[in-house]
Amino acid sequence: MIAVGDKAPDFTLRNQDGDEVSLADYQGRKVLIVFYPMDFSPVCSDQLSIYHEVKPELTEKGVELVGISIDHPWAHKAFQEKLGIDTTLLADFEPKGEVAKAYGSWFDAGFANRTLVLVDEDGSVAWTYESPSPGEFPGANVIFDALG
Amino acid sequence: MSDLGSAPVPPVGADDHARGAGAETLIVYADLGCPHCARDWFELNKSGRRIVFRHFPVRSKHPRAPELHGAAEAAGLQGAFFEFVDSLYADRGHVDDPHLWQRVERFGLDLDRFERDRRSDAIAARVRRDFESGIRAGVTGTPALFDADGARASA
Repeated sequence: MIAVGDKAPDFTLRNQDGDEVSLADYQGRKVLIVFYPMDFSPVCSDQLSIYHEVKPELTEKGVELVGISIDHPWAHKAFQEKLGIDTTLLADFEPKGEVAKAYGSWFDAGFANRTLVLVDEDGSVAWTYESPSPGEFPGANVIFDALG
Repeated sequence: MSDLGSAPVPPVGADDHARGAGAETLIVYADLGCPHCARDWFELNKSGRRIVFRHFPVRSKHPRAPELHGAAEAAGLQGAFFEFVDSLYADRGHVDDPHLWQRVERFGLDLDRFERDRRSDAIAARVRRDFESGIRAGVTGTPALFDADGARASA
């Protein structure tokens, strides 16, 4: 997993609407990257739902929330609509998992491991979290502990 | 804005929704739209433990949940909190507004007051208070069970 203090690797991926989004677009803001295995899985649904519930508090702390998985933008769009969330979802689709691999967030079963990476305003990794297994996710309290 | 960092489950207070007189207490963070909660609810209540209900509605999982939690709180203001919760879990297919009004009539509650209360800021804050305490305790799904000391419990 990428180390705290490292420069976060830049990337350009398509979001749920097919628009390109780069990490550099978030320069000057904190961004919490949520690497998750795949859209529509039960645990991923729970994770993104819970985090959506605390988005106002994340925003209050100046944090943008971004999800990344191997799914295609069309799947992201359907997933977003199913959950009724507005979290930006980015498609690490082709080359498959390239961004997850660059962050050391790849699970050797064909999808991203369930990890969190907080990138600070100048693009450095400020905090990371790696779940013990893809079947578990950290509660939102863990994020707020990291934010202080 | 609230602090949502880690904190133990708050101790059971006078304004918690508690039922039963068992020597042991089970604190249940539950979502009134959650099928898993509905499946477990009646068994938990047969366990002989005092049951403390705390609100944990997750709208994106269960879009009607916030409305149902508000309705249960409003019924609670008229002394029918657990009757309402039981009825919602017992009949998950009938949770739209007309079905809520039928419950109000069945339980002999004041409909005008119920309608006013369930959308009030005070009730929204009461529900959110429980939700935030669950977030701080690390709840990631429902039902989430704790004993009176705040340790994770099992059914």
